[in-house]
Amino acid sequence: MLAGVLTSIAASICLLLVVMMLLFLRWYTWPAIRYNGLSILNDITWNIGNQYGTGSSIHNGVAAEPGAEFGGLVFLVGTLLSAVLAMVFAVPLALGVALTIVYRLPERLRLPTNALIELMAGIPSVVYGLWGTIVLVPWVGNHVAPFVTHHFGFIPFLGGDAGSGNGLFAAAIVLAIMVMPIMVATVRDVLLAQPKSIYEASMALGSTSWQAVTHAVLPSVRTGIVGAILVAFGRALGETMAVLMVAGNAINILPQNIFSPINTIAAVVVSQLESAVSDASGVAQRSLAELALVLFVISLAVNTIARVAIRGQDRSH
Amino acid sequence: MVSRVTRNVAISRFWWVLCIASLVGALLVLLSLFGFVFVRGIAAIRPDIFVTVTQGIAGGLANAIAGTLLLVTLAVALVVPVGIGAAIWVTQFAPDRLRIVVRLSIDVLFGVPSIVVGYFLYVALVETAGWGFSLVAGSLALAIIMLPYVYRAADLAFSAVPRDLVEASVALGARPLTTFLRVAFPWALPGTLTGLLIGVGIALGETAPLIYTAGWSNYMPTLAPTHSPVGYLTYVVWTFINEPFKESHQLAYAAAFLLMIGIFVTNFVARAAVEYWASRTRSHP
Repeated sequence: MLAGVLTSIAASICLLLVVMMLLFLRWYTWPAIRYNGLSILNDITWNIGNQYGTGSSIHNGVAAEPGAEFGGLVFLVGTLLSAVLAMVFAVPLALGVALTIVYRLPERLRLPTNALIELMAGIPSVVYGLWGTIVLVPWVGNHVAPFVTHHFGFIPFLGGDAGSGNGLFAAAIVLAIMVMPIMVATVRDVLLAQPKSIYEASMALGSTSWQAVTHAVLPSVRTGIVGAILVAFGRALGETMAVLMVAGNAINILPQNIFSPINTIAAVVVSQLESAVSDASGVAQRSLAELALVLFVISLAVNTIARVAIRGQDRSH
Repeated sequence: MVSRVTRNVAISRFWWVLCIASLVGALLVLLSLFGFVFVRGIAAIRPDIFVTVTQGIAGGLANAIAGTLLLVTLAVALVVPVGIGAAIWVTQFAPDRLRIVVRLSIDVLFGVPSIVVGYFLYVALVETAGWGFSLVAGSLALAIIMLPYVYRAADLAFSAVPRDLVEASVALGARPLTTFLRVAFPWALPGTLTGLLIGVGIALGETAPLIYTAGWSNYMPTLAPTHSPVGYLTYVVWTFINEPFKESHQLAYAAAFLLMIGIFVTNFVARAAVEYWASRTRSHP
């Protein structure tokens, strides 16, 4: 009896944690929500206002320092662009790796390869950031960006300033590398859960192994793959340290091309908090919390859709 | 007809070469990462970094190592009763409908970005409750991040306890508690421990949720639960690499190297040990 009561307390903590987080953030950010209105989503200027000025700027009955504006568009755009671009890099790569593991690798190489992929998933974000800062960013800044802007500059979003290496492109590469292991593992498991007979029947009908995969196997696991991509996308949206270290910390400016510095919601919460704390009105801190809440809601939505997709795949077995 | 077959085979071969190339590419990236961290890390490791504390942006890592271990240990102490307790309730006591709700909320927790957890605790504990940067706030952040991993592993492990073993125990007249402690618990322990170790590996490498909960300190951590910031290794990697001094870079590399070693040990060595021990206890009950 006692065991039942004690463990039910543990379970209710799990249950209440997310609800508590959402309700608390909603309560805490309420003044910011009123002050900012829609500008948190569609304004590009982030300015905590004149801390030494007199008077105050009042919106909807909430007072902040004069000139204060908390626009999150730059961060929202950076978050979505970097995550989408990371998917563009990671999805074909992860599919290729997963297909190789399942259909091409000899049995004795499978275990070590899986272990290496798992190892990759365990590397902390900040170590990816370190590698990105010292290895990737200089390479992008010195070689990739000048080459691409010079030769492919006529394509929209590829031309213009080559930048320093810190920016959207580097962030997307690091994100792609970071989410790839999760995607590989999920796709691999989905492929392995599929009856072998699908592949074999297609081979028996005379198709090549690639035709068997693309025409028979992949269509049957489509929802599972979409789920894997969405889980990885959700991860990429909320990734903080590695992006913070390579994205270039842009503020008040939208990216002009693929090499422009950007900023993401997760990164800006870390990089702007110190300045936000100095805002005497407190609206800056609450606006950062509002951004965190926006990220929370986006992640929730993406993960919910991913789960529905994966569950749909499980049911079809 | 023959030419179409040849063409199809060539197409097939072409795409498979690309697939294999993507695996090779991924492994090369991994090699670059490892080579980078290990070569620079080993070069940066000196015996005295284990015994001296950071001074500004130089010195040693003793405070960061101790802080990381302290934060993770307390996080484990916090997450074990909640995560494993909840899994036991769900698998042993819960009515069907509530079972689904708890599992759903854990799924949701999996998707919450770690920075959101960190900022939530900063606002709620560090600011509103006035705890300041502190050990407990940092450990709570790590515990919340570990919770879904620990819970899910425990849930799977307790769900996998064979029914006939439980029924045999009940048929022999054992009380429910005895059955649980002597049959279900030993069976589920290895799987649960594996999940806990995965969680520890993740907690060791976390940065974002600690920056504004544990803060940072140049001194050895105290055991004070609140109002006393704690240093940790990931912070060194993040900030010291941006300093213009070679000495601070060395510390960042050393910290990254120590983190990687710690994570590999928990992920592989400890898991292999658990699996070995599980296979022995199960085959010789």
